[in-house]
Amino acid sequence: MRRTVTFRIVVDPIRCDGFGHCAELAPELVSLDEWGYPILQAEAFPQSDHELHRSAQLAVRGCPRQALTLQKIIAAQS
Amino acid sequence: MTLELTTHRVLANHLDHPKTLVEHEADFGPINRLSITMDILRESGITGRGGAAFPTAKKVEFLLQQRRATRYIVVNAMEGEPAAHKDRMLLATNPHLVLDGAMVLANLLNADSVIVCIAREHVKTIAQVKAAIAQRGAKRLQGPSFEVQSPPGRYVAGEESALVHWLNSNETLPQYRPTRPSLLQIGRGGVLLDNAETHANIGLIARHGAEWFRSVGTATRPGTTVTSVTGNGKALVVEVPYGTPIRSILSGAGITYEPRALLLGGYGGTWLDGQHLDVGFDDDSLRPFGAGTGAGVIMALPHESCGVAECARIVDYMAKESARQCGPCAFGLPAMAEDLKALASGRNATQSLARLSSRSDVIEGRGACRHPDGVIRFVRTALSVFAEDFNHHAAGHPCQFAQSPRVSYIPHQSDVKDLEWE
Repeated sequence: MRRTVTFRIVVDPIRCDGFGHCAELAPELVSLDEWGYPILQAEAFPQSDHELHRSAQLAVRGCPRQALTLQKIIAAQS
Repeated sequence: MTLELTTHRVLANHLDHPKTLVEHEADFGPINRLSITMDILRESGITGRGGAAFPTAKKVEFLLQQRRATRYIVVNAMEGEPAAHKDRMLLATNPHLVLDGAMVLANLLNADSVIVCIAREHVKTIAQVKAAIAQRGAKRLQGPSFEVQSPPGRYVAGEESALVHWLNSNETLPQYRPTRPSLLQIGRGGVLLDNAETHANIGLIARHGAEWFRSVGTATRPGTTVTSVTGNGKALVVEVPYGTPIRSILSGAGITYEPRALLLGGYGGTWLDGQHLDVGFDDDSLRPFGAGTGAGVIMALPHESCGVAECARIVDYMAKESARQCGPCAFGLPAMAEDLKALASGRNATQSLARLSSRSDVIEGRGACRHPDGVIRFVRTALSVFAEDFNHHAAGHPCQFAQSPRVSYIPHQSDVKDLEWE
């Protein structure tokens, strides 16, 4: 059994007020809809992708509403 | 409101008054020593009647896994869905059956209190349930205490996280719940929340057992459904086994015309073309058509009406019922309502169809609760069932019924301003 670790950003839509900083800080992971609210890339990225991980962290820390979380997904792989 | 009943399990066959405890015990047997085991609940296969069709036994197991000093049983009779009136009908005829179900679940879970939630606008139902509770109080039974709580009856107020949030802090706002099943809490106590009809059925399972319960309905949705049927100016409630062909339900409810289309499940539900009247009313039968039973609602749209205009009206209502907490719902639903209005009138609607589709894809799954997803389901199935009508409207040729009186019922939304987005 091997474990694969991936990450993705999730948003609390109630907290989010559409400041849009996340799309500036992590354009690879976040785009904005026509009203300025974030559309997050649904697909998780691998732990080995340090650049994406760095962007994701910036977006999470840069959110003035603290609406974003970096979610760690651990999946067992046989 | 008149009634035609095809089955009598949880709905009483008389309607002049709610059954008193004496009448209830004469009909169903005594309520003392009534109980249910986890095994019987599991074997019954009962699923929630509020719309999500989640197995009730799984909810109970989930709560039993949590160490809780206090537990609450919440009976959800909010019925915020405008096309539904079955919970009120149930409580107006067999209130004690609902309370029996809550009582046996409370005893199974060691819960001290049962809270029956009824929208504050439903004054008569509140009085009926309070009277029933008082009758039980006089018996000095062991078991949970009963109380009625009455939040304001907005559409999302009956959503489980919004309802529990109201019980905690007097705000009917849905909550963000990243993991499911999520914990529902009142203070630090655990909460089991089920629809009133689910409780009524559990009141019967406690008496007659799992096998009896499964003797009607389908394998995945055993038992009956108390369904609110609305058609041309009529609103009726019928109880039928799950899987009953829609045609039989309509005729049982006294609707004699062949409908153009059916709205199933509610205003956050799904449209089905009127040619599928012989499909069974259960989720397995309806799934291939992208439809479902939802909160047990059937609205039969006659041929002499405009599907586009009905959709515009309903989505406008649903957009105003948004709690305006999440951007995609607060801004997306009004935008969709505007396009539907343009389509209904056939003016400036050339871009509207494409925008409705693309916005559906963008908004889906991005609210804290399922309110926007319900509207999207409604719009997508509408675009498919009324495809031809939508195309004519978009081309500037609204149908001849676009100005006809509407079939759908829209409640008065006087206090919308209180919830305005800041």
